[in-house]
Amino acid sequence: MLADKDRIFTNIYGLHDWGLEGARRRGSWDGTKLMLEAGRDWIIDQMKASGLRGRGGAGFATGLKWSFMPKKSDGRPHYLVVNADESEPGTCKDREILRHDPHHLVEGCLIAGFAMGAHTAFIYVRGEFIREREHLQAAVDQAYEARLIGKNNIHGWDFDIVVHHGAGAYICGEETALLESLEGKKGQPRLKPPFPANSGVYGAPTTVNNVESIAVAPTILRRGPAWFSSIGRPNNVGTKLFGISGHVNTPCIVEEAMGIPFKELIEKHGGGVRGGWDNLLAIIPGGASCPVIPAAQCEDLIMDFDGTRAVKSSFGTAGVLVMDKSTDIVRAIARIAHFFKHESCGQCTPCREGTGWMARVLDRMAHGNAQKSEIDMLLQVTTQVEGHTICALGDAAAWPIQGLIRNFRPVIEERIDSFTSRGRTVHAVGALEAAE
Amino acid sequence: MIGAWRGGIVDSKDRGVTLLSEGTRADATSFDEAALGRILARHPARQAALLPILHDVVATFRYVPAEAVPLIATHINCTRAEVHGVVTFYEDFRERPPGRHVLRLCRAEACQAMGGDALALQAERLAGCPLGETRADGKLSLEAVFCLGLCAVAPSAMLDGKLYGRLDPATLKLMIGEVLT
Repeated sequence: MLADKDRIFTNIYGLHDWGLEGARRRGSWDGTKLMLEAGRDWIIDQMKASGLRGRGGAGFATGLKWSFMPKKSDGRPHYLVVNADESEPGTCKDREILRHDPHHLVEGCLIAGFAMGAHTAFIYVRGEFIREREHLQAAVDQAYEARLIGKNNIHGWDFDIVVHHGAGAYICGEETALLESLEGKKGQPRLKPPFPANSGVYGAPTTVNNVESIAVAPTILRRGPAWFSSIGRPNNVGTKLFGISGHVNTPCIVEEAMGIPFKELIEKHGGGVRGGWDNLLAIIPGGASCPVIPAAQCEDLIMDFDGTRAVKSSFGTAGVLVMDKSTDIVRAIARIAHFFKHESCGQCTPCREGTGWMARVLDRMAHGNAQKSEIDMLLQVTTQVEGHTICALGDAAAWPIQGLIRNFRPVIEERIDSFTSRGRTVHAVGALEAAE
Repeated sequence: MIGAWRGGIVDSKDRGVTLLSEGTRADATSFDEAALGRILARHPARQAALLPILHDVVATFRYVPAEAVPLIATHINCTRAEVHGVVTFYEDFRERPPGRHVLRLCRAEACQAMGGDALALQAERLAGCPLGETRADGKLSLEAVFCLGLCAVAPSAMLDGKLYGRLDPATLKLMIGEVLT
């Protein structure tokens, strides 16, 4: 279990002052100028050495991402964009940072911006986050007032932070869609390449990072990469905010060491599964887009990027959703399929049509109103969506369904059997429905 | 800005529902070209300003009036189609005025696991209109929202911008009862 002295977010429950004074007492904005004086390369090297992997889901090395920015500007400005469009069902960690520890993020923006030669940072906050935006804006205003950021600030690096306000589209959490949205367009993802580091917002070099990745940077630099990389196991180091929700006794957000066993996480912080460990049916380890992990594999599950990959799921944002045996797993996944259908931006055909198709078939399967051969057909359709779209929303829609079929096929088959045994006529999938 | 914050999320178990008056919103305003002109004057004539402009329009009129679209398009030098595309793409930019109060219920997995389904049915019954619609008398709109990021205090809802965690049938009944009187 993570010791209190190793926690980065010391006010995650909002028990103390979230403003500048309180943040300073907790160590923020301490020695920031010294870090900037050590230079861009030092910061990037330290971040690389810390082994921090991006906290937004994909787990790309943060230091490496920063180093992709051009060393010298070719006349275009550089931009830092912080992705606070946290909308994945089950994920609720960035909200707590924005509400209770916003100065971690503001300071992180300055340091990251300096390391990539950016004088401006945009923080794109989700439309539904109203109080969070007010808190963040207040923290930014405080930093301006104390001349920590802004023109001619005490750190000697002119830096502006703009808090931008989303408008309720999940897809804007995808990095290029977010850039489009910042430019005042529909949030439809762009083709890559060119990657944002070459041509991002307004065609200028841009780096997009998750809130948590940026917010942990100042503490890593202050305490040294060796401290950060000593927590967790190789390639999966550091501390992480876990969100525990669903059928546990005490749902919560908690900062823990990467690589904590799932069972320990749930027993220690989540108060155990409702009705005891044996009542566990399955979990979704990192937000709705991750494949479900059945209870049998949860026993020895290690909560980090590689641990969840070993059971063919993904770590995502570590928003753990626990489902006990009262859950109708087929219906649960059908709902997730509906979510992705609703949020598909409509740009790529496989996703626009495929998400709707998969949701409709799953809906019937939830009632058992299907043919057994359709299970394989559904699986095959998911592979036609996955990897054939501009952004990862297609993948995100396909994975939960693949996870369902891989782990709970007998449940679907049993439901189909009981439906047909009641003498109902099965509505077989026809060309008409597929074309709808 | 700081003053606008009045503490954390309302936990219906601890505090009961007594704070509705704070969140009470005005009725939708009809289109007023002068008001729109004042909004446009505050923003630079660039496409990047489109989302902030639309947010202000919604804050003023509570929806994006069709009459506003061509004027906004002219201001930021875009086509009407582009502005229309953006308005229809984002959930928050309504094209019709919502009810006097807006209740958004979280319908995502974590809330579902904690009884969100039953609450949604109850809300529809009490409000007398399905999710995604407004009561005929315009007093209340019900909306589904996918994850308010309050999974740890599920099931959750948002009434006129105010968050409610650990919602139960009794609290929901109180909330809807109060906005309908």
